[in-house]
Amino acid sequence: MNDNTQKTHAMNIGDLGRVQMDDTSDVAIRVEDLDLYYGDARALKNVSMSIPRNRVTAFIGPSGCGKSTLLRCFNRMNDLVDICRVDGKILLDEKNIYDKDVNVALLRRRVGMVFQKPNPFPKSIYENVAYGLRIMGVNNRSTLDEAVEKSLRGAALWNEVKDRLQESGMSLSGGQQQRLVIARAIALEPEVLLLDEPASALDPISTAKIEELVSEMKDKYTIIIVTHNMQQAARVSDYTAFMYLGELIEFGRTNDLFLKPTVKQTEDYITGRFG
Amino acid sequence: MRNWYKSGEPWVWTTAGAVALSLIMVYAVVWLTAARGLTHFWPKPVAEVTYQDRSGTRVRLIGEVREKEEVSVVRLREQGYDIESEDVFSSRYLLKLGNKDLTGVDFRWYPAPMLGEFVYPEDVLAIERREWGNFYGHLKQVKENGEVVAEGAAAWAEAEKRLARSNALFRQALRIEKVDIGKINYALEKIRLNERKLELTDKLTDAAKAEFAREREAREADYLVLQGRLDKIRSDIERDSVTVETSDGQMVDIPFAKIADMYMPNAMSVWQKMGFYVHKFWEFVTDDPREANTEGGIFPAIFGTVMMVLLMSVMVTPLGIMAAVYMREYAKQGPMIRAIRISVNNLAGVPSIVYGVFGLGFFVYVLGGSIDELFFAEALPAPTFGSPGILWASLTLAILTLPVVIVATEEGLSRVPRTIREGSLALGATKAETLWRTVLPMASPAMMTGLILAVARAAGEVAPLMLVGVVKLAPSLPLDGNFPFLHLERKFMHLGFHIYDVGFQSPNVEAARPLVYATALLLVIIIVVLNLFAIRLRNRLRERLRGLEGV
Repeated sequence: MNDNTQKTHAMNIGDLGRVQMDDTSDVAIRVEDLDLYYGDARALKNVSMSIPRNRVTAFIGPSGCGKSTLLRCFNRMNDLVDICRVDGKILLDEKNIYDKDVNVALLRRRVGMVFQKPNPFPKSIYENVAYGLRIMGVNNRSTLDEAVEKSLRGAALWNEVKDRLQESGMSLSGGQQQRLVIARAIALEPEVLLLDEPASALDPISTAKIEELVSEMKDKYTIIIVTHNMQQAARVSDYTAFMYLGELIEFGRTNDLFLKPTVKQTEDYITGRFG
Repeated sequence: MRNWYKSGEPWVWTTAGAVALSLIMVYAVVWLTAARGLTHFWPKPVAEVTYQDRSGTRVRLIGEVREKEEVSVVRLREQGYDIESEDVFSSRYLLKLGNKDLTGVDFRWYPAPMLGEFVYPEDVLAIERREWGNFYGHLKQVKENGEVVAEGAAAWAEAEKRLARSNALFRQALRIEKVDIGKINYALEKIRLNERKLELTDKLTDAAKAEFAREREAREADYLVLQGRLDKIRSDIERDSVTVETSDGQMVDIPFAKIADMYMPNAMSVWQKMGFYVHKFWEFVTDDPREANTEGGIFPAIFGTVMMVLLMSVMVTPLGIMAAVYMREYAKQGPMIRAIRISVNNLAGVPSIVYGVFGLGFFVYVLGGSIDELFFAEALPAPTFGSPGILWASLTLAILTLPVVIVATEEGLSRVPRTIREGSLALGATKAETLWRTVLPMASPAMMTGLILAVARAAGEVAPLMLVGVVKLAPSLPLDGNFPFLHLERKFMHLGFHIYDVGFQSPNVEAARPLVYATALLLVIIIVVLNLFAIRLRNRLRERLRGLEGV
């Protein structure tokens, strides 16, 4: 842990958002020259970055800047869009996830995702959390019980739902649903957790809980969070990437980026001059 | 006025009026069929009345008063009645006289002025015969082997007792005929087919021939035993008879063997009538039809309708759901799939008789014919699946209702939120796993809606069925005790067709008319019951998915 911190401090932030790291073992995901097209429209332009391991990385930028699109590249959710085409590489453990031989289902188990709107399945709380494990073929009752409890504890939801695990997941409040969805994702023990504006549909108290949870989880997972809310990014993240019109404008440690941005556009955005 | 118009009030009234009108029409349909159909089973009093015919002679009539209507006196005079009256209008009565074998007419109109006073003597006996319809008269004697055993006031009690006996015997005989002898016939037919099969493949050796002959002999011996028992029962039933005096004073002997039921309608108390009503209604629901469907029950038709609908559901649901899943989930959305979707929607609008023609031409002749050639060659030239039957009828209705199921399922699938699918995929589920574990369960209420609509449509359909399997009278049910129990090649009876047949093809329309309403009512009830069952199922599915908007 300490070791890691030492090394990530040695990171050097380049002008064009390129982050060089002296030791690749600290990098969870490396993006190399990523271009993404929706039909003829180029939604991501030549993005390259390295996402540090066991840190919270936030993507900020105005609407339509491509931050969610980029996030969805990490677990290949963009594959669902017929007209979407990707060029470039995303390396997870030095393996390009866009290679032909990659099993997308396995990839998505390693890279979990939580969406903007809470989307629990119309099943019981228990079955919601056990869903991913059942897909993997785990049907042993005690294994599932254990995993469900562990995941719900991990998502700070256990105490609120432990007496009603058989009730519908839809019966929970919005904030609880979002934590249920997080529990569902971490039940698979992923390496990376992608959060796509996880608090945008929630009230301030629920938002605070989610943020707290994000801080707690970063010991175990590499977290990438997309957010509209710059305060939120400042509060929860260690690293921040600012994107604009499909380009990665600036990427660096959160404190540096917010306090002394190196690019004019970043400064304009942060100070509220546009966006 | 202008303000009133602008306030939107007229619009409220118009729309509410439309609802009221629809309600009234639905209510009227149910009320009419119920009123006409259900009153039929109530025992009607039998009147006795004198009648002066055109030539002036007075005759006595016994019968049920069925209807009364206004008629102009002029018209009656033109018909040859000598009526002395100042009135412009008079009335006439429709009497059900029964005794068809003696008088030749069952129902007849009589002008009121030519009739005397209606009286309702207590000793009038109404007999439901197994043939020739009702018989009305005064009960005089009960006989055993031609010897009088009771007469006068004591006769009725004796007759009731002997009726119970003869009916029990009759049921025994029917059981032997239908079940036991039916089984032997079925076995004999099987033997014949097996022999023919060997003959066709040139494998019929003398040993096999002898074996068949021996089996056949054994069956025939069984048959003779049963036949003996049957003859005995028959002669037993023949033992007793009643003597009844008809309206014109003839004494008629009616053997109990020919009597299905008899009652003294004028002597019945209200409670007895209620008991009789329940009994008759039960008979109607559970018995086989008699006398070209104008008497007896409609059980085979109920059974056929329900079974056909169930078979149809079993066929159309998986097919429709799979087609919808492909079109919505897997197929690339484009002009091709749009064209298919439009075609499917339009299929729902094709007249049902067209499906009937298709079913006959393709299923029965082509498909059924090929099946016969391949698997039932031994039965040819008699067709097995190559003639209309319940399988082809169900299949025809399945394609008729397919668009409904496809459209409803597609609707349901499209309403499953994208976020839910993505949630499942993001957890490492493949598309198929997502479909099975999440999307299909969520769309299941919509599928049930499709099935409900399909059932409602199929149960009410008659026209195509007439071509592909429904008959006026089916000798046996498609489900019975002979292996393989479910006989999909058999023809069947159907309530919808039964209504048409009884109402419009029957030799005795007047007698059958109430049955048309009663049958219609039952058809409505059955469709409602099937629908309620499906709706209950859907509600339970919905309950499970509660809290999810839009499903």
